[in-house]
Amino acid sequence: MSNQSQQAAIKENTLSRFLQTLDIDTRMLAMIVALIVIWVILNIMTDGIFFTARNLYNLAVQSSVVGIMATGMVLVIVSRNIDLSVGSLLGFTGMVIAYLQVHVFPLGAAWNWPLTILCGLALGGLVGLWQGWWISYRGIPSFVATLAGLLMFRGAAYLITDGRTVAPMDKTYQILGGGIDGSIGATWSWILAGVAIAWMLANTIMVRRSCRKYGFYVKPLWVHLLYLAIGAALVCGFVLVMNAYYKPRTEIPRGIPVPVLIMIFVVVGMSLLAKITRFGRYVFAIGGNPEAAELAGIAVKKITTFVFVVMGILCAVAAVITTARLNAGANSMGMLVELNVIAAAVIGGTSLAGGQGTISGAILGAVIMQSLDSGMVLLGISSAMRQLVIGAVLILAVWFDVVYNKNRP
Amino acid sequence: MINIHKRFGGVHAVNGVSLDLYPGEVVGVLGHNGAGKTVLMKALSGAIPCDEGEIRINGEKVRIESPRDARKYGIETIYQTLALADNLDAPGNLFLGREIMTQYGALNDRAMENEARKVIARLNPNFKNITDAVKNMSGGQRQSVAIARAIYFNAKILIMDEPTAALGPQETAMVSELIKQLKSEGIGIFLISHDLHDVFDLSDRVAVIKNGKLIGTRRTKDVTKDEVLGMIIMGKLPKAD
Repeated sequence: MSNQSQQAAIKENTLSRFLQTLDIDTRMLAMIVALIVIWVILNIMTDGIFFTARNLYNLAVQSSVVGIMATGMVLVIVSRNIDLSVGSLLGFTGMVIAYLQVHVFPLGAAWNWPLTILCGLALGGLVGLWQGWWISYRGIPSFVATLAGLLMFRGAAYLITDGRTVAPMDKTYQILGGGIDGSIGATWSWILAGVAIAWMLANTIMVRRSCRKYGFYVKPLWVHLLYLAIGAALVCGFVLVMNAYYKPRTEIPRGIPVPVLIMIFVVVGMSLLAKITRFGRYVFAIGGNPEAAELAGIAVKKITTFVFVVMGILCAVAAVITTARLNAGANSMGMLVELNVIAAAVIGGTSLAGGQGTISGAILGAVIMQSLDSGMVLLGISSAMRQLVIGAVLILAVWFDVVYNKNRP
Repeated sequence: MINIHKRFGGVHAVNGVSLDLYPGEVVGVLGHNGAGKTVLMKALSGAIPCDEGEIRINGEKVRIESPRDARKYGIETIYQTLALADNLDAPGNLFLGREIMTQYGALNDRAMENEARKVIARLNPNFKNITDAVKNMSGGQRQSVAIARAIYFNAKILIMDEPTAALGPQETAMVSELIKQLKSEGIGIFLISHDLHDVFDLSDRVAVIKNGKLIGTRRTKDVTKDEVLGMIIMGKLPKAD
């Protein structure tokens, strides 16, 4: 062996060992790299418009509706089901919220908008319960049950006002849509960033402590510090960008938009639900092997029903943001959104065969799709062409997944 | 198990079978494919509630309508298919349905991994990568996970459905050793197989089932393999001795 190739071999060895010590999720890494590549290309093609604070701010707001629903879709797909009704359910709950707020409850009452939100969330949960019941206890395949839901809830949304648009919404309520006043300002954004970093730190300390307690292998300190540094840098970078976008004709920083804030809470909540609760573990077990789950004494029907309840509630959350952003309830809200939601989950690595998927992946998927879409809007590409490109990306993403899974040791 | 019946539509899959099992005893349950042995055992493990008949444990009548009920009475089952969730790791499967939680009500993954390492090390000392997804494991490792799950929770009655069907010779020997060890700990074991040779040397008694009916139960040392074969194939009892 020549000296050079020897050196190359050693180099490769150190690199692979380095990656092993880091214990990186290669799939996640590939997605992040893909997102960065897309961003850089779009930035070059738009002569630097893409990386302006304004564009990134809008991108974050636009991703939030699909992102929120995609976190629920992950659980639905992981449990070997599908939900085609999420767009119609968004429309239906949105219309109910708007109608209650404008026509039923007294306008201007302080309790009006919180109560309408509660009604919306309850309705979303109830509809989820209804669909979940048909699917688990009456054996209707989820594809059929939610296809029926897609038709029924769109019709129901129309019937509420015979197709008329309901407007305007409560002034305070509009904050939730992330409009001109719909952000939390610079100070609160930094406070939140501090909380996030403190939480990451506490989590790292807890992991190290419990690994030591059981005598497991503890990752070298520098690996954890590196991750912490990356995490803190991302959080700070995000807040810096959101603060760099000012309110119109002023120099007041906007800070984190409220819809994005809601999405962050949903993501944290759903990740915890998926990772550290019995419910989350059972959803994955059902997706991996429904019979085994049944034999292990898991109440498969109950769990499946509850997955759809969660999905319904998340649709209502998305409906709140949509109506607040539109400042109206229109019965076309959420049309075809189900496809974006499913696509986001699938691009984010959720396997349609069930049993596999991550919440964070789905959010990345939503951001990738939205980046492509808004990037192409900036470039003045027609909507027909945009659909074509996004469809192609969906195929590519799944193909990548197939190849990745085949080549895994 | 006394006078157990199970019908599927017009098929009388188990027809009035009675069977008993004592602590520290291994009973081989033999029969052709489709004879009804698996259905009978599933009635005991709660996977298929039986239509008629009763199950008694220590003389007390019990109701077993779900796998959860069966586990409550210390009945653990190793299914032929192993019944593992392929996407979860070994600790996840071992504790499925009976997770260890932290004081705050969250899954305690590290405590479960710790316990899983201990019990699996006892079964299969070479088995280290227990936090891989089960689908990436070898047949023997998967079997180890399924067995570990059955014995970890202090089973009193163990049902093993074709435990060695998917294993190589070395792993089969391992399972045989394990059965002897569990037996000496006072656990009663039902060993289900369609292959006489698998169970003959391990069993204290053999019970033969044909067309849903119990042909008979004999002490292994009182019969020859040929006689048992006759029971399985022709449903004929050996001449009384």
